[in-house]
Amino acid sequence: MGATTHGNNATAARLAPQVVMSDKTSQASDKDALVRFEISDLNFYYGAKQAVFGLNLKIPKNRVTALIGPSGCGKSTFLRTLNRMNETIRNTRVVGQILLDGQDILQMDVVGLRRRVGMVFQRPNPFPKSIYENVAYGLRINGFQGRLDDLVEHSLRRAALWEEAKDYLHNSAFALSGGQQQRLCIARALAVDPEVLLLDEPCSALDPVTTAKIEELMFHLKDSCTMAIVTHNMQQAARASDFTAFMLDGKLIEHSETSKLFTTPTDPRTEAYITGRFG
Amino acid sequence: MSRMLLIWRKSLNVVMLTLTGVAAFGVVAVLFLILGYLVWNGGKSLNLDFFTQLPKPVGETGGGMANAIVGSLKLLLLAALMGLPVGLMAGVYLAEFGGKTFSYVIRYTTDLLNGVPSIVIGIFAYSLAVLPVRHFSAVAGGVALGIMVIPITVRSTEEFLRAVPGSLREGAMALGASKWRTIATVVLPAAKGGIITGVLLALARVAGETAPLLFTAFSNRFWSPGWGQPIASLPVMIYTYAIAPYDDWHRQAWAAGLVLLALVLVANIGTRVVLSRGGGGRST
Ligand SMILES: Nc1ncnc2c1ncn2[C@@H]1O[C@H](COP(=O)(O)OP(=O)(O)OP(=O)(O)O)[C@@H](O)[C@H]1O
Ligand SMILES: [Mg+2]
Repeated sequence: MGATTHGNNATAARLAPQVVMSDKTSQASDKDALVRFEISDLNFYYGAKQAVFGLNLKIPKNRVTALIGPSGCGKSTFLRTLNRMNETIRNTRVVGQILLDGQDILQMDVVGLRRRVGMVFQRPNPFPKSIYENVAYGLRINGFQGRLDDLVEHSLRRAALWEEAKDYLHNSAFALSGGQQQRLCIARALAVDPEVLLLDEPCSALDPVTTAKIEELMFHLKDSCTMAIVTHNMQQAARASDFTAFMLDGKLIEHSETSKLFTTPTDPRTEAYITGRFG
Repeated sequence: MSRMLLIWRKSLNVVMLTLTGVAAFGVVAVLFLILGYLVWNGGKSLNLDFFTQLPKPVGETGGGMANAIVGSLKLLLLAALMGLPVGLMAGVYLAEFGGKTFSYVIRYTTDLLNGVPSIVIGIFAYSLAVLPVRHFSAVAGGVALGIMVIPITVRSTEEFLRAVPGSLREGAMALGASKWRTIATVVLPAAKGGIITGVLLALARVAGETAPLLFTAFSNRFWSPGWGQPIASLPVMIYTYAIAPYDDWHRQAWAAGLVLLALVLVANIGTRVVLSRGGGGRST
């Protein structure tokens, strides 16, 4: 490994590109994948109530990681710690370490972090503005200087919405259908060119055709983007993700390559969940 | 026995339905009666002179209330300048920032302020802005009306901001917008229609206030240049003209009432039209 020469060993190792290693929870053997997020001993509290317990996970770069688990197990909570969205809720506390490309996100400027780590929510939440202004929003607030038009078009194309929306760019985003709104929200997130995209059940309100479109979109996005997706749909996790993490009661139970987790899970609870015996 | 009970229940139903229906009809009837009476009496004495002329000296008929119309507008402008910024910002604070206890205190105080009789607010403005300079002025009237604008604006602003879904705030913050940026660029625009309606309602409420103006802005039978002189206003003119012993003045009081009502209505409808055409918002 081409470790840097300064600093102590720990920092040097952190700064160097890392490879997903096999350990108790992460049994990924995809040795080419670099780590984008490295989460160690993460605990999360809503006031006195703990929602995430000692979670360790590595999220590989340019791959899709699916988070599955029964309702209330802490998937959203965990996902929202990755861009520090939980900070907007009063009385919450994070204990543990989350490294993004080796940097502690808790030490980072939150605006810079959220620019690098975009998020798409369960329900489409377009702003009450035009389609164009929705996509341009992230660029505007980040003081983007340059041709907005091109970037808006590019983002809408990446989100597979351009053909449907190009003649209505200055109409209200509320005039779009639910599925189109969700793709608009993806375009909005993509406009600032995030390194990571967090998707919290992005397809739960969508029909199968739009869902397929979004899965295809995720496949193409892998070239430029790392994704973590929460889903209740086992088929979707199996189809669209490279790695899958199974959570239960705030704990990470199992994490491995998707093909492996769905065919030969090591934990009986994982097997019970994916075969539909509980949850 | 059970037959009797059934009949009793049925007739009670009919009686209650009739009573509530009559009451509901009564409310509408009272409103239309007032409106009709106003339009009937006011319309008769309304002419171009009313809008362009100053009041005639006592004893002469004719003349108008041009100075009072302009005066009311000036007083409302002052009230808006003094009351709205405070009201809007306090509303934003309550909806977006306030902690539990402090917000409760503010909310409670605002409700109390809303319940303070307007004449008491008049006395307060009198001691604040009239006594020190020893004369009535438009500014003093503006202070009185401005104070009255605050509580209504605070509560309506807070309410409409709270109605903006949290998912919009999250969407903006997830893109890296700071809290202030989110409020300014997403939350306020989303609540714009409601907030403006609330502001208009507040201004409309104080547009008809007479008591607090009697000893702050007082009145004036001539033009009142600038902001430091006593100034005429429609409500005070209505009051003065209605209790005077001249038939011509009574007619003009009716006309003034109609103009006041029309001002409020035009402002209200105008804003609604502009808002719904402006697009973007969910005000339509
Ligand atoms: N704002 C909050 N305040 C307090 N507790 C919360 C809050 N949000 C979530 N929780 C609790 O944290 C736990 C995890 O919730 P979370 O939303 O992360 O679950 P989830 O796995 O995303 O569930 P779902 O699949 O239903 O979306 C739950 O027990 C929930 O009650
Ligand atoms: Mg969730």
